[in-house]
Amino acid sequence: MAYSDKVIDHVENPRNVGTLDKNDPNVATGMVGAPACGDVMKLQIKVSDEGVIEDAKFKTYGCGSAIASSSLVTEWVKGKTLDQAAEIKNTDITAELELPPVKIHCSILAEDAIQAAIADYKTKQAK
Amino acid sequence: MRYFELFNLPVNYDVDLTLLNQRYLELQRAVHPDKFAGKSEREKLVAVQKTSEINDALAVLKHPAKRAEYMLSEQGVDIRAEQQTLQDPVFLMQQMELREALEDIQHSSDPEDEIDAFEAQIKQLDTQYSAQLAEQLVSQDTAVLEVAADNIRKLKFIYKLREELSRIEDSLFD
Repeated sequence: MAYSDKVIDHVENPRNVGTLDKNDPNVATGMVGAPACGDVMKLQIKVSDEGVIEDAKFKTYGCGSAIASSSLVTEWVKGKTLDQAAEIKNTDITAELELPPVKIHCSILAEDAIQAAIADYKTKQAK
Repeated sequence: MRYFELFNLPVNYDVDLTLLNQRYLELQRAVHPDKFAGKSEREKLVAVQKTSEINDALAVLKHPAKRAEYMLSEQGVDIRAEQQTLQDPVFLMQQMELREALEDIQHSSDPEDEIDAFEAQIKQLDTQYSAQLAEQLVSQDTAVLEVAADNIRKLKFIYKLREELSRIEDSLFD
């Protein structure tokens, strides 16, 4: 399958690959997987006391589209408040990366990873 | 369930693969185009349709995940086209670690031992999630079928690990 130039760029130069310290109370982790293809995605965010996402890192085992989707969302969420980040939809990701219909699940994976990370942050803060 | 009936096999997740293959060959012979050389167009068409049905059925029944999904859909729970994500942090964290371990194998000085150990781990996980499947898949209880669905989703990650492992083996020992 032909990947778009944007996907290729993210795969060749992935942004923000890595891990944040999960013991940091301001760091939250979203873990999601796509049973359809066995892809696994971890998205971590570091949230300031003002509720702004200061940093984001990801680690994804999957196809190029899954890697590009997670790389893209780490760029997008930085500087956003949690509410703003929660508004990112998978359709925004598919549009930006020009993903074909068979790869839509990769963008869903990335959207759900953001949601899972935000949920984890809220659970962590409530403790 | 039609696919099992086609091969005259009992409806059971634990399918006898040798028997399945044997029945497949018998059926294929029975509908082989050569046998329909002098027959009517209609009979030829029926034979062609039958051939494609047999092939579809074989593809589903011989693959454990496809077989399980088929049985589940026949029970009214169809997860074959679902796009929803799995969100089980403990399971996914383990998957992440296993994927990392797989990466390490590629750079190992003694990959053979590590591959064996990894295979044993996959096998153990496979058993963990498929041990109850045969029983769950014939249940009439929706709650039990949902548990089966969750097990199948997880098994698909395990099969993915197995695929990745054999890909690594091929690249290391070819």
